[in-house]
Amino acid sequence: MTDRFLTLEALTRRFGDHVAVNRVSLTLARGEILALLGPSGSGKTTTLRLLAGFESPDAGRVLVEGADVTGLTPAARRFGMVFQHYALFPHLDVGANVAFGLESLGVRGDELDRRVTKALALVDLAGFEHRRIAQLSGGQQQRVAVARALAPEPRVLLLDEPLSNLDPTLRERTRRELRDVIRRVGITTVLVTHEQEEAFDLGDRVAVLREGRLEQVGTPDELYGAPATPFVARFVGRASELRGRLLGRTSEGARLEVEGCVWTVPTGDSARSEIAPGAAIQILLRPEALWLAPLHPGALAATVLERRFAGASALYLVRTEAGTLLEVGGPGAAATAGDRVGLAPSRRSGGGIHLFPT
Amino acid sequence: MTANTRAARLPAAALLLILVWLVVYPLLLVLLEGIQGPGGWTLAHVHEFVARPTEWEALRGSLIISVASVVLAALVGIPLAVLFARYDFPGRRILAGLVALPAVLPPLVGVVAFLFLYGESGFLARAVQAALGLEEPPWRLEGAPAILLVHAYSMYVYFYLLVRAALLSLDGAQLEAAASLGASRGRTLRRVVLPALRPALTGAALLTFMTALASFSAPYVFGGGYRVMTTQIVATRLNGEEALAMVETMSLTLLAVLALTLFRDADRDPARGVGKGTAPAPVRVRRTLARAGLAVLGWGLAVLLLLPHLTLGLVSLVPVGTWTVEALPPAWTLGNYATLVRDPVRLRPLLNSLALATAATSASIVIGLAAGILVVRRRAPGRRLIELLLGLPWAVPGTVFAIALATAFSVHQPAAGRWILVGTVWILPLAYLVRSLPLTSRTTLAGFRALDPSLDEAAAALGAGRWRTLTAVTLPLLRPSLVAGGTLAFVTSLGDFVTSIVLYTYDTRPISLEILSSLRQADVGVAAAYGVVLMILSGLVFAAAADRRTSAG
Repeated sequence: MTDRFLTLEALTRRFGDHVAVNRVSLTLARGEILALLGPSGSGKTTTLRLLAGFESPDAGRVLVEGADVTGLTPAARRFGMVFQHYALFPHLDVGANVAFGLESLGVRGDELDRRVTKALALVDLAGFEHRRIAQLSGGQQQRVAVARALAPEPRVLLLDEPLSNLDPTLRERTRRELRDVIRRVGITTVLVTHEQEEAFDLGDRVAVLREGRLEQVGTPDELYGAPATPFVARFVGRASELRGRLLGRTSEGARLEVEGCVWTVPTGDSARSEIAPGAAIQILLRPEALWLAPLHPGALAATVLERRFAGASALYLVRTEAGTLLEVGGPGAAATAGDRVGLAPSRRSGGGIHLFPT
Repeated sequence: MTANTRAARLPAAALLLILVWLVVYPLLLVLLEGIQGPGGWTLAHVHEFVARPTEWEALRGSLIISVASVVLAALVGIPLAVLFARYDFPGRRILAGLVALPAVLPPLVGVVAFLFLYGESGFLARAVQAALGLEEPPWRLEGAPAILLVHAYSMYVYFYLLVRAALLSLDGAQLEAAASLGASRGRTLRRVVLPALRPALTGAALLTFMTALASFSAPYVFGGGYRVMTTQIVATRLNGEEALAMVETMSLTLLAVLALTLFRDADRDPARGVGKGTAPAPVRVRRTLARAGLAVLGWGLAVLLLLPHLTLGLVSLVPVGTWTVEALPPAWTLGNYATLVRDPVRLRPLLNSLALATAATSASIVIGLAAGILVVRRRAPGRRLIELLLGLPWAVPGTVFAIALATAFSVHQPAAGRWILVGTVWILPLAYLVRSLPLTSRTTLAGFRALDPSLDEAAAALGAGRWRTLTAVTLPLLRPSLVAGGTLAFVTSLGDFVTSIVLYTYDTRPISLEILSSLRQADVGVAAAYGVVLMILSGLVFAAAADRRTSAG
């Protein structure tokens, strides 16, 4: 990365004995959008609050363009924040809400009006100045919150689960609009979400957090194609899990022993060099990584328990002889419940099978 | 401990110091005076207390009155609640509000109103006397029955308000579920409705018990020879037996604390409601006759309950000395009110009360706000103790606090935090302040708790400093809570009698004492006029507050 606009340096925050954020380090380029993704309790919201200045870290620093802002108050950081429940001031109208941050900067008179108008136009709410907050729909409130955060032209925009409060039907459209606004303004942005789709759609890069630690940070493609840990593999996209042993590596790929079968899987990240031949391994499989065929020698025998229809393709829930449950993708008519099938690595898949030491 | 919490240490310590000085310290001094004699520590006063049958009589009297008040208030309040919550009839809405009125009126006004209506020379007694041609008044309003009548008449409101609210928040679907599971009406009532009402019932019982235990006006005016502890304390003190009065004060405090603890244990209820339901619709009474009957019943009850206050209005219009034996007053005039306004000596108490109540309420709101910020927002160390101390004056009878403050602030010992305030203009506002702390702090703390903390954070993120966040965001949003708490505090201070009678000076005499002295001088019309003024002022404050609340929403 050429420029480091925003840097989180080994941020740590404890609540009593519980370490909510554990040495998290991240760097954002100017104008980059980073999504913090993780299940609840992973420390993503605490990380955002440390950035905003609502919490102070027990260790670590926050830097903007090389300058330490860790000791600054939220007001002095000049970061904009959109809260999960928006935190719009119910006693002020839309215009006064948007003007609030500008007034803190001493903006008055015509200049104030002009910039409020501009901020509202940005989120497509021109002319809404005198509406009361209670009169707005959920989507409109979200946009006012974004306009309010952006109006003082902050250095960094922070978004806490910006879409979680919206109707599912509204979420996709609002997501698109939000992405457009952020891109147009070109502001460096950190957003928190527990929804993978949201993180992938909005973030240039995604940081996956688990129990306060940073598991992996990368582009959506990197996270899906080369998960660094079994947790990332399971949390990002669908994945089933098998136990096995690494037999060795050949030019065609890695040779694995899985519940009595021998599979050769294409090398990718799966040929991790730190795993010694003969070692027990954990195998995480994407649904598209396996090929579902009639029972044949060399294939892993399994029974179809359930077929979930998904248009042109289907997702099959199968159980191997050893009792392991797997999700396998396939054509809509490949099998029906109760069928005995054979599982083998799909030949066309260049990946989708990830090996981890146990 | 966050940085926020750490930074709140100093202000929290300051607030705790003020509260301990105002609330705990005076009570502690009472305890010390009770076990001290000229020769050092002694249990002589306690022995004296235990040995006197009259002391036990007063304690027993307080207890009997309190328990009986709970029973009577429940008997009036619960049916009334059911009537107004479950049945629909013409005028239901207006009446439902009207019958809650006695709760907002100063107790002394209620007592005086009673005197005029049911007293031996009251309206009703005269009517009966005239109708039957009796020589003597047909009854005397005196002793325990008189006290209980007044209590039942004013304290039913606790049962009425709480039970009605609980009935209105009942989940209609639960009743339907019980019916669909084959439960009879009786079984539904026993197994579904009553458990849901239990918190309201215990809450109302506790409120009634504590109010009755602390009640001073009714026993003072109607008690006659019947002893209760509140009046006993004041009498003992008037007799000059200071130390004994201290022991009595402690005994009443112990009784109050004991009752509170017992009720707390009874209120541990695991079966609180899960989820919100839609209240069952009020039963629309279809048959015309039944409907008319209910309306008559409702209106009749409301008139009966409000009759004393109407009487007060009537008496206030009667010129001095014109109404002697007639059933209805022969002459009507606004002269009493004119006296009240024109005579500076008689106007003074009104102005006093307004000034004292304003000062006490302002201070009480400031303390409530500080507590809200420290306890809820900053989660300051010692926040539980702060909250406990703010609530304490509610549990301790007013008489006790009056005596405690009189004891604490009649000595000049600046090193011990004691100054001579008794006899100065400062003691009454201080007493009103202590008494109104639970009222303002409860609403303010509830307001802070209902306020989304991210609103403060949003203001901070938008560059607002502490002061702007407080004035531009927090205070406007807290306004309904502040207005509600302030209103209660103001009206309570305005009509205070129980602490005033112990602590007032001639220059600071409040309305309640002027009512009493007017009564003593047989200046009945002016006393009634004061009562009406107090009622109207209280009503106006409440109406203004309600208006602000709705316009703010």
